[in-house]
Amino acid sequence: MTETTAEVTAVEEFAPVVEPAGGTLRGVGVSAWFGARKVLENVDIDMRAGVVTALIGPSGCGKSTFLRILNRMHELVPIATLAGSVLLDGDDIYGTALPITEIRRRIGMVFQKPNPFPAMTIGDNVLAGLKLTGRKVPNREQLIEESLRRAGLWNEVRNRLGAPAGGLSGGQQQRLCIARSLAVRPDVLLMDEPCSALDPTSTRRIEETILELKDQLTIVIVTHNMQQAQRVSQHCAFFLAAEDEPGRVVEQGDTDFIFGSPKDPRTADYVNGRFG
Amino acid sequence: MEAKDSEGQTGLAALGLGEAPEETPEEGPRRIEARLSPSDRLYRVVASGGAGITLLIIVLIGIFLFLEALPAFQTAGFGFFTTQRWDPDAATPEFGVAAMMFGTAVTAVVAMLVTVPLAIATAVFINEYAPRAARAALTSLVDLMAAIPSLIFALWGLFFLVPWLQPIEGWLVEQLGGTLPFMRAIATGSSLFNAGLVVALMCIPITTSIIREVLSQAPRHECEGALALGGTRWGMITTVILPFGRTGIIGGAMLGLGRALGETIAATLILNIRFEIKPQILETGGITVASGIAVEFFDAQKLGLSALMAAGLSLFVVTIVINLLAAVVVERAKAA
Repeated sequence: MTETTAEVTAVEEFAPVVEPAGGTLRGVGVSAWFGARKVLENVDIDMRAGVVTALIGPSGCGKSTFLRILNRMHELVPIATLAGSVLLDGDDIYGTALPITEIRRRIGMVFQKPNPFPAMTIGDNVLAGLKLTGRKVPNREQLIEESLRRAGLWNEVRNRLGAPAGGLSGGQQQRLCIARSLAVRPDVLLMDEPCSALDPTSTRRIEETILELKDQLTIVIVTHNMQQAQRVSQHCAFFLAAEDEPGRVVEQGDTDFIFGSPKDPRTADYVNGRFG
Repeated sequence: MEAKDSEGQTGLAALGLGEAPEETPEEGPRRIEARLSPSDRLYRVVASGGAGITLLIIVLIGIFLFLEALPAFQTAGFGFFTTQRWDPDAATPEFGVAAMMFGTAVTAVVAMLVTVPLAIATAVFINEYAPRAARAALTSLVDLMAAIPSLIFALWGLFFLVPWLQPIEGWLVEQLGGTLPFMRAIATGSSLFNAGLVVALMCIPITTSIIREVLSQAPRHECEGALALGGTRWGMITTVILPFGRTGIIGGAMLGLGRALGETIAATLILNIRFEIKPQILETGGITVASGIAVEFFDAQKLGLSALMAAGLSLFVVTIVINLLAAVVVERAKAA
């Protein structure tokens, strides 16, 4: 399998991990099922700190499922099962080494549809994660400002932190969700098509945010937008599922390589918009 | 006119048809019209007819009660609301709803204090903690309990719960009676508190059923958002599910309260009927409006009957007022 060899070289290449902020996440031999239907087969991806990893591929290829496996959201679906393991800085997140709440705190997630808590104020939304994890906030205002600044929302909402979050536009809500995730200081941030419900201006703002956050934490983004993958990511994995077969990683590597000179003709077809 | 217009609009939207646009010579918005199909027209008649009949029945009940109660009100005057005794057919009639209203209020408050937390806890357990395989069974079980006749609960309360509670209540009276006046009692058992507990048993299923249904509608993507932040399940429940279900919890509690206010058989069986206001809620004796009517009905003479109608009217009004207040609270909660 080309995939396996690529994996091996990747591991050798990245072996002396320089420690930028963030955690290293590794999916090892990940397969997934919904009931009897296998949707993902033997996926190995390294997601390093300081690097934005993009997961691309047509709808139904399992990339969102893979993303949800990375912070144990997959198991919230009653019939969902999986095989393989996910290592966060070497610890298996599906083992008992870490409590599940701690895993999800360290591996944050931004969803396709912005999901702030609508009844809470903007400020309370930012702090919601701390309340949820039962931690005290020593300096509320400072953390709110810092998180909103990192998410690129501060200037727009600084004067209405007490207003309900439901009143923000879609793009602002999504950046509020990013701020909310950042406030619990995760090592990894997973983003599941974060811009698919947003207009081009909001999309650009989020992409800027991603590039600013790149050196502060590990980012994994699922996207259908080829230009977006090229703009924000440095590592890229192309998922594909043939009819009635589970999704697999056809090819992965540096984003420039995947978009410039992919080895697999299917990758070339997809990134050049010939199918999908 | 306005009502007709908006109806036309819904009809138009629902059916996706309407008249061809007309020229509007004058300035300002045009009238929006739609031709309803015969089936739509028929359905409108049936639906509005049903709603009209329901309203009419409520109004007729109110009028009937008022007319029947009039002689009693004329005899007792305002004293009807302050008198505790119930002696309408005596040579010098003396009667009032004070004791009955007090008893009704105490049983309803006790019932609600027990029902609401238990119902919320049960609903949350079924939705969020129970094994998935057991959820459907538990849901049906709760719905089934709502269908059990109140007499069954009352008998169980009378022959099992109350005797079983007797030593506990005795101990409470002994420990707290000295310091808390309302905990004093000479004899426990057939008390307003116990009647309230048994009424709670009857309110719990319907309240749980409604709250569970509402809480199960909590948006999944917000729940996932809470979990993805590292929230515990309990954190998700308090942050997303309960705030979302606030109006449903109030609504469910109000339906339970409606049942508590009108509950007859439990209070009749449990209470040692006494027409007096007893602030000592654990002490035997008391009366509620519904049980008072049930108990006094057979011996009532002419004025006695009218007095019972007056008591019934009082309960009717109180129930309607509480439901209106609940509607206001729900609207406020929705707006917030």
